[in-house]
Amino acid sequence: MKPVGADAVGEKGWLAAHKWLLLRRSSQLGILGLFLLGPLTGIWVVKGNLSYSYTLGFLPLTDPYVVLQSLATGHLPEKLGWIGLGLVVAFYFLVGGRAYCSWVCPVNLVTDAAARLRQKLGIKGSIHIARRTRYWILAMTLVGSALTGVVLWELINPVSMLHRGLIFGLGTAWTIVLAVFLFDLFVMSRGWCGHLCPVGAAYSLLGRWSPLRVAAPRRAACNDCMDCFEVCPEPQVIRPALKGADKGLGPVILAANCTNCGRCVDVCGKDVFRFDLRFNNPLPELPPDARAAAPGNK
Amino acid sequence: MAKTSPTPPSAAAPKAAARRQFFFDAAKMACGVGMLGLGLGLYAKQAKALPPLALRPPGARAEKDFLGACIRCGLCVRDCPYGILELARPETPVATGTPYFTARTGPCEMCDDIPCVKACPTGALDHGLTDINKARMGLAALIDHETCLNFLGLRCDVCYRVCPVIDKAITLELLPNTRTGRHALFLPTVHSDHCTGCGKCEKSCVLEEAAIKVYPVKLAKGKLGEHYRLGWEEQKKAGHSLLDEKNIVDLPDRLPEGVTLPGHHDPGATALPVPAPPPGMPGSVAGPVPSTPPGLGGGR
Repeated sequence: MKPVGADAVGEKGWLAAHKWLLLRRSSQLGILGLFLLGPLTGIWVVKGNLSYSYTLGFLPLTDPYVVLQSLATGHLPEKLGWIGLGLVVAFYFLVGGRAYCSWVCPVNLVTDAAARLRQKLGIKGSIHIARRTRYWILAMTLVGSALTGVVLWELINPVSMLHRGLIFGLGTAWTIVLAVFLFDLFVMSRGWCGHLCPVGAAYSLLGRWSPLRVAAPRRAACNDCMDCFEVCPEPQVIRPALKGADKGLGPVILAANCTNCGRCVDVCGKDVFRFDLRFNNPLPELPPDARAAAPGNK
Repeated sequence: MAKTSPTPPSAAAPKAAARRQFFFDAAKMACGVGMLGLGLGLYAKQAKALPPLALRPPGARAEKDFLGACIRCGLCVRDCPYGILELARPETPVATGTPYFTARTGPCEMCDDIPCVKACPTGALDHGLTDINKARMGLAALIDHETCLNFLGLRCDVCYRVCPVIDKAITLELLPNTRTGRHALFLPTVHSDHCTGCGKCEKSCVLEEAAIKVYPVKLAKGKLGEHYRLGWEEQKKAGHSLLDEKNIVDLPDRLPEGVTLPGHHDPGATALPVPAPPPGMPGSVAGPVPSTPPGLGGGR
């Protein structure tokens, strides 16, 4: 069996077949590097962490999910907190909420590594937890914050624990990160980011109607190699766009859980995928009865 | 299920089955996530118990509000010019990610411009705090009278000297040193209306273990009963005694048989005004003898 993405490397060359992956890793590590620059060298570009940061003394950025929990406890941010919130909400609304997950979040590096190792070791089998569980956890943390008066998820949030830990001192936070890695590796494929994390759930709601999407405009060229499904952290989002032509569905991946990571663009030897706008979604011509029977593209 | 109750071929059956499945799924989800929520809630309750020696930055809200308002960004940590603040790590017995400092290792230097408060993007640190002397991070308490050098009669005075609000937050109160009979004890005394809880006194206490420590105000401060009035304070306020002193009844002093106490009188024994104490050292001359209290077999 050929390794995943081998076709793409053969067709396009290694660099083109890893373009978005490399860009994404540069983004993740670059952002982390900017946060670390101050504590390590004393050159302060960004202060704070992913919950709230202040860049060069003029750019505040606030995490909407942590503020939402704080609001649930009955506390309001100050002016800079509000401005940062507005900027982040607007930005992720435009580029896709879960772009946060694949382009910024440090835990993505951990879970991607787990997924890769899982594939390499050929670990099969995975417990079943519904992907919508993350929305239930999201709701629970908001209700729980209101009931306890504590920003609840921050007590155990692996995302902020890892990021804050790397910048302010890790302590035993590595155990939580290791737990997430091992969970994804042995217990559940793409378990954390794809099923449980309420941070990602919050961002996916934020990007529900984002204009920037991945699309499969050349889906007719698909040769069913399944590489895109193999690399995708949310493979369920691909099918309607890639295989929905005869069901009256357009080529744009509209599902909010798509993280806009662009890995499918990379690994496709036939160049089926590309980044596109959600409006650029021509519906295929179908007889009216087939259109009516088509399931929703969600 | 199909075996025990063969489904009638009606249109309603698949709908009902789907509805049942929906409710089962929802219940499963609610139970699973509810368990997680319960665990988190209990953990949150634990997290609210801030250990006494972990102090919050100036302007911090009361702990129960602080944990809802603080988003754990660490901007206060970054903007503290003395680097005393730390974000709690998971193993620290302080809610994870929240800022605190430890007086004994790094007290608050009480910057005039309070940069930590300004940096806070939420109301966790009260932006209404503009005068650092009004900060109440805690309250110092000279907790150990047995080891404090000043209590031992020595002149250490370090806590008093380093106090940024010297002579207001900490004063030295003089008492006779009964051990030597000829010296004074200079007792460092904290005044809660001026102590900011910065912790400099605790930091600089020369003992192995500080005798003076900063505690949350709730732990360090006593409270008089609502109905208590301090007579001397009331007198000062009114400008005169609040009592009609002429009508004060002086209750009899009980003394052992045959003992005399000059200057004391027993209005029950005599209606006459008390004669002035005789000249000489008190006790050297016999004065009026207090009578047995009335109703106890006395009053002859």
